[in-house]
Amino acid sequence: MADGTSISANLAAPARAAMAPPSGMRKFMRRRSTIAVLMAMPLILLIAGLVIWPAIYAIWLSMLNKRMTQFVGLGNYAFLLKRNTFQLVIFQSCLFAVTAVILKALLGFIVAHLMHNIPGKNQRIWRGLLLVPWVIPLALSTLSWWWLFDPSYSAFNWILNSLGFQSVPWLGVGWNARFAVIAVNVWFGTPFFMIMYLAALKSVPEQLYEAAAIDGAGPVQKLLHVTLPMMRNIIAITVLFSLIVTFADFDIVRILTAGGPQDMTHLFATYAFSVGIQSGDIPLGASVSLFMLPILAVAAFFVLRGVTRRTQEIAA
Amino acid sequence: MAQVSIRKVVKAYEGNVQAVKGIDLEIADEEFVVLVGPSGCGKSTTLRMVAGLEEITSGEIWIGGDVVNDVPPRDRDIAMVFQNYALYPHMSVFDNMAFGLKLRKFPKDEIKRRVDEAARILDIQALLERKPKALSGGQRQRVAMGRAIVRNPKVFLFDEPLSNLDAKLRVQMRTEIKKVHQTIPTTTVYVTHDQVEAMTLADRVVVMNHGVIEQVGPPQELYHNPATRFVAGFIGSPAMNFLPVRVLDDGGLKVELANGVKLAVPPQRVDRYGPYKGRQMTLGLRPEHLTEIRDTEKPNVVRIDCMVDVVEPMGMETLVHFFIDGEPVCARIDPVTHSAPNEVLPLAADLNNMHLIDNESGKVV
Ligand SMILES: Nc1ncnc2c1ncn2[C@@H]1O[C@H](COP(=O)(O)OP(=O)(O)O)[C@@H](O)[C@H]1O
Ligand SMILES: [Mg+2]
Repeated sequence: MADGTSISANLAAPARAAMAPPSGMRKFMRRRSTIAVLMAMPLILLIAGLVIWPAIYAIWLSMLNKRMTQFVGLGNYAFLLKRNTFQLVIFQSCLFAVTAVILKALLGFIVAHLMHNIPGKNQRIWRGLLLVPWVIPLALSTLSWWWLFDPSYSAFNWILNSLGFQSVPWLGVGWNARFAVIAVNVWFGTPFFMIMYLAALKSVPEQLYEAAAIDGAGPVQKLLHVTLPMMRNIIAITVLFSLIVTFADFDIVRILTAGGPQDMTHLFATYAFSVGIQSGDIPLGASVSLFMLPILAVAAFFVLRGVTRRTQEIAA
Repeated sequence: MAQVSIRKVVKAYEGNVQAVKGIDLEIADEEFVVLVGPSGCGKSTTLRMVAGLEEITSGEIWIGGDVVNDVPPRDRDIAMVFQNYALYPHMSVFDNMAFGLKLRKFPKDEIKRRVDEAARILDIQALLERKPKALSGGQRQRVAMGRAIVRNPKVFLFDEPLSNLDAKLRVQMRTEIKKVHQTIPTTTVYVTHDQVEAMTLADRVVVMNHGVIEQVGPPQELYHNPATRFVAGFIGSPAMNFLPVRVLDDGGLKVELANGVKLAVPPQRVDRYGPYKGRQMTLGLRPEHLTEIRDTEKPNVVRIDCMVDVVEPMGMETLVHFFIDGEPVCARIDPVTHSAPNEVLPLAADLNNMHLIDNESGKVV
């Protein structure tokens, strides 16, 4: 650390000296960093226009009253936190995201292993088939699921009935509906994990397993001491990425349950839509969606810090 | 602590490619055996079958009195050093070396004692906390050896352990490996394609080609009495010269070179070569038996004049390349002898060390 600061101090001095002479503008234009910034400018402007500006605007919006005539500070946030429905939304979003991501990662990991052990050409076919859920437009496939879950005319209840069981109101009862929403998300998201973990598995050198076998490791120990450590980065990154996407999920809940029954499947995004667009309180909707930010930022910070550390250790 | 026996072992990969075509090899306890041969001859496959990493198609492998055909690697009590070291990148040097012991539930202080001891032998005590990424090639090589040593296994297996090192380090680590074997005598099977490595390390060298063993023997024996043309050409650098000759009786048994020069066969070889009279054979003569003419000549040294093509001064010797009727020939002469391209140089061929090879069977007769 001490080295780092002293080096930057040494570098800063000549740079300042170079800026000092009066023919400043010319020299300034010739400096490499200036040119670099200029050449990156179109992208910077694009990002500023499409990401930073809307984000700032959203923050501004969230601090207005319903008719957007008055600045209310953090009033909307305080109001939300006191509402039972919103507390339910926080709980449901966390439940939904955490459960779905864990299940997706777990299933993806298992399927990737199965896939990895299918020899040669067959593997390509299976891999292609398992990717299907991921490539169908989500809104479309969710509609099929909605039909499958239908109480009177659906395939699931038809099977249950013909086996002699009662029909299940899949989307009509709180916990059933929560389960259904998570199940569809898992169905949709698992292929992503599968393909990422399969690629990671293929990149673990075979000789490490051979060395471990000779060192005395069985299948479980190889998994614990070779596979998992070698895949920790990809696991961390996929989980974080999926956590963000799943937290912000909209389509599945919107189509399957529209947040019902009794708001018991609402997530941040669907609730923000329902409050902001359907009920016309845009500032409140903005504050709902902004609630995701701190939660995700904290998660991202810790995960990415671990990834950086491990990358420095392992990359050879 | 263990002999290794390889009996009629065959390895066929899918598509009926036979990588190893039925080899027999008895390795004594504490012996250092080197499998050497050109790339693709089945050395690694053989070693990996001993390790248990490759299934044996037919035949038997014994380690220390037990058939191990169906024993998994972890129960064979062997240790292996891989060409690219195969160190666990996420573990420190200490953990890399301790991993096998931890899995075998050794007590902590015993693990530490063994790792420290191995680190001392290999001179890597200062590196124990580092990750493999922070090591040089030679240091990684040492760690890989340390991982094998701490286990104190019945057999060490090496698969081209020095191939990834630069030339200088390779020579240094070669000595290191030999020293380790002297310090901790353990049955060792070592695979390499480098005949110099094989000669310098081995108690016995096994020369393989196309999935079969060509010859087994101590380095000196292989060098002086090769059994086949392949071994004769593979062992030794620069390689043995091969010249087509005809065996004939012209007032004594002689071999006639393609350019018409006739060389008298030494009297002690006449009985051996007699039966091949009239046959087309190959004469094998190592470059060091083709030298400048010396004052004190032994019997059976004959003079051959050559037209020098290329001269390569090596310092302690000079290599002279020329052609005999289109066949390239190399001679090793004293550097003080004058030699220059396109000049005639008289050479002495020491026929006491000649080899005669049957063209059909490829065997040295
Ligand atoms: N997994 C495999 N599948 C098919 N053929 C193989 C396999 N591994 C090795 N071979 C073949 O077996 C032969 C011997 O290989 P190997 O033992 O690795 O040779 P080397 O003597 O260079 O170590 C080669 O011709 C190689 O192509
Ligand atoms: Mg090999």
